[in-house]
Amino acid sequence: MPFLGADMEGGKIVEWLAQPGDTVHHGDIIAVVETEKGAIEIEVFEEGTLGEITAAIGEHRNVGEVLALIETGAASTPPPSAASSHANRPARSPEIPHTRPRVSPVALRRAEELGIDLTTLTGTGHDGAITLADVEQHAELNDQQVKETPFAEPRPKGIDLALMRTAIAASMARSKREIPHYYVSASIDVTKMTVWLESYNTSVSMERRVLPIVPMIKAAALAMKEAPMLNGAWADDRFQQSGEINIGIAIALRGGGLAAPAILGTDGLSIDALMEKLRDLTGRVRQGNMRGSEIGGSTFTVSSVGDGNVEAVLPIIYPPQVAILGLGSICERPWVVDGDVCPRQIVTATVAGDHRASDGRVGARFLETLDRLLQEPEAL
Amino acid sequence: MTDDEIIALVERHLFTVAPEFEGETINPETPFRDQFEIDSMDFLNFIIGLHKETRIEIPESDYPRLETLTGCIAYLKEKTAV
Repeated sequence: MPFLGADMEGGKIVEWLAQPGDTVHHGDIIAVVETEKGAIEIEVFEEGTLGEITAAIGEHRNVGEVLALIETGAASTPPPSAASSHANRPARSPEIPHTRPRVSPVALRRAEELGIDLTTLTGTGHDGAITLADVEQHAELNDQQVKETPFAEPRPKGIDLALMRTAIAASMARSKREIPHYYVSASIDVTKMTVWLESYNTSVSMERRVLPIVPMIKAAALAMKEAPMLNGAWADDRFQQSGEINIGIAIALRGGGLAAPAILGTDGLSIDALMEKLRDLTGRVRQGNMRGSEIGGSTFTVSSVGDGNVEAVLPIIYPPQVAILGLGSICERPWVVDGDVCPRQIVTATVAGDHRASDGRVGARFLETLDRLLQEPEAL
Repeated sequence: MTDDEIIALVERHLFTVAPEFEGETINPETPFRDQFEIDSMDFLNFIIGLHKETRIEIPESDYPRLETLTGCIAYLKEKTAV
């Protein structure tokens, strides 16, 4: 079971899309798992043959537990690796203790009665020992979760908005509790970009028109190369920089709720390809059809308010990431250019950074680079 | 195209991009953005849907005319009147 984002503990198997004996390739989707973020597609990161499936439909597995085995076919290699073992996420690995935790005898007996896996509990007793109260509390929580998410077997894919709200609450509360945010902001003249885009959009067929957010996302991905201290995760009490630039895009759902799946390798995509990714991702997010690597894989996030007249977004960082870019609406404003006041298209860009990982100076450099890149839209 | 044909066309494509609202009545004067939480991606997909079915080329500069049902009826009538 891959780790699919902050505060995720586990998930339930909804569907197996491959059967034992099937050949699987890197990137194949082999299963669908129900989590608080909706139904997530589980990808394979190996080449091989699907062996035994150890988690049946309807069964729950915690992060780090085996869902199925994949036989990679290399003769001298160690035992087949788990489908979940290469979840594509920044830096941190699931923190599941491998040794038996300290536990009081009465708690152990109760846990066995209730069928609770003690490795999933955090002890509050002496030296972190698991107490009876911890076990009871965990059992109660489980009961509640079962009641809140009635699981009918052939379940349509979709998002439980109440559960998603709970996940957003947990993640954002953690962010405000743990992350000392700093903010830097710049008003960027994007007139050249909008003019360029207008002419680009008249030169292509209607189906291939591009939205203004796309060149801004691309510019943000490229600007990240000059501010790598914003790209990665805060884990194990230190900043862990990511070698990849996977920009998470905050996508609002109708009726409330929000998800920020990643566009993997954002910096390497053309404007055209990026637009198609964004279209595909927006559609799938709203149907509750995201892939595991998209959920846990973001190294930085962009949150845009879109059309309208909202000047700025002061965003909150998604843990364990260390920075986020908020983009206001593109607004027409009186602007001074070469000593004259003229109407220009202006966007307010705001970076929230984790002050444990970087200083405001890094955020400022990022914004200056973003501005510079947006002045040459044809080069994006 | 008749008004009813255009309304059916608009409903079909609007509720393809915003299936959560399937079955709702469209307020003719309210922008889709306000009534159905349509964002710029949804709106573009809606316009492309209209284009695919009617083959009408819709330049970006005409987008504001298609933001309400009343606007769509006037625009599409004009474009199909030839």
